[in-house]
Amino acid sequence: MNKAKEIPARNTKVMNRFDLTSRLVAKLKNEEAVIGGIGNTNFDLWAAGHRPQNFYMLGSMGLAFPIALGVALAQPKRRIFALEGDGSLLMQMGCLSTIATLAPKNLCMIVMDNGIYQITGAQPTPAAAVSDIVAIATGCGLTNCAWAADEEDFERLVEQSLSAPGPTLIGVRIDDKPGVGTTRRDPVQIRERFMLGLGVRQAL
Amino acid sequence: MAAAEESTSPQALQEKTWHGVVLQTLKRHDIRLVPYVPDRVLTTLIKNIHADPFFTTFPTAREEEAVGIISGAWMGGMRGAVLMQTSGFATLANVLASLAIPYQIPLIMFVSERGTLGEFNYGQSLVCRTMRPVLDSLAMEHHTATRLDEFEFIVDRSIRQAITTQAPVALILSPLLTGGKVFEK
Repeated sequence: MNKAKEIPARNTKVMNRFDLTSRLVAKLKNEEAVIGGIGNTNFDLWAAGHRPQNFYMLGSMGLAFPIALGVALAQPKRRIFALEGDGSLLMQMGCLSTIATLAPKNLCMIVMDNGIYQITGAQPTPAAAVSDIVAIATGCGLTNCAWAADEEDFERLVEQSLSAPGPTLIGVRIDDKPGVGTTRRDPVQIRERFMLGLGVRQAL
Repeated sequence: MAAAEESTSPQALQEKTWHGVVLQTLKRHDIRLVPYVPDRVLTTLIKNIHADPFFTTFPTAREEEAVGIISGAWMGGMRGAVLMQTSGFATLANVLASLAIPYQIPLIMFVSERGTLGEFNYGQSLVCRTMRPVLDSLAMEHHTATRLDEFEFIVDRSIRQAITTQAPVALILSPLLTGGKVFEK
């Protein structure tokens, strides 16, 4: 089982979550919203430098894409990125079909796939050795999705997504490193500041 | 009810239905986004919401997915409500405790109540018993609607309260209001 996991099923480089998140954030020039999934995914978003349009999840594993879909529907003129771990996505794979059906033009989903539940002790996910998340997403009807071969390819796919005519999904294989920072766990402030960042609220 | 019937014109009374009240009250509060996991009792409501271009409505695979969507939409400035059945509510404890309540999201839920007043599936009656204890243990606002004459008041005030206090609310639609789902063979 573990041996099978070590054999790369795809011709893709193993990259680093914080590095990729930093590369993504560096490309955002138009107040794009970014939803960071539970755990390391939003820790690295936090560590990449807080932006007013960042939302950090402190629970509700698997809901990064549904939350991002909600933002995308509410603000069709803004581009929305969602960062999710492979284990998280496994908990809520049905959302890929919902998103494929609604097909919001302004949503880009990024799956950070290390095949493990890093934060709980690096146990392998049930999908690790056998499943291909990009193939799953394709099967769910998301036609514009791809594995990033390396960092340059990731940046190219992010650029492409910014003008894509429908939702996009980028799979990235990442290493087993934990997140670089730790999000300040203040849900009310996170939500309020996100709403300020999206122009929905004015500061008191 | 008989007294109310006498005081209202027959035509107006015919038009007043529980699902009509839900639809009109959602509109009045500019609640446009309605994701749902379907239920037999909700069929007419779902059909009518689909038929009305005011709404963006669609099924989700799970109820917590719908809660996530509503939460994101609220933060983006669009109001929403979720439709589900009792057994679907039973899947929500984690998302209520980790998203809707701590982030102060005015999550409005309509829960069609299965499991009581003529239930024919034992599992439904068991899972129904978990609903109010979960709501109470999280100190969440909830009301069980049983009468059409007070339904609009409950829905209207509950939506107002959810939005102004930034707190979730569950509106439980009793078979006394909706007729429920009965065993027919």
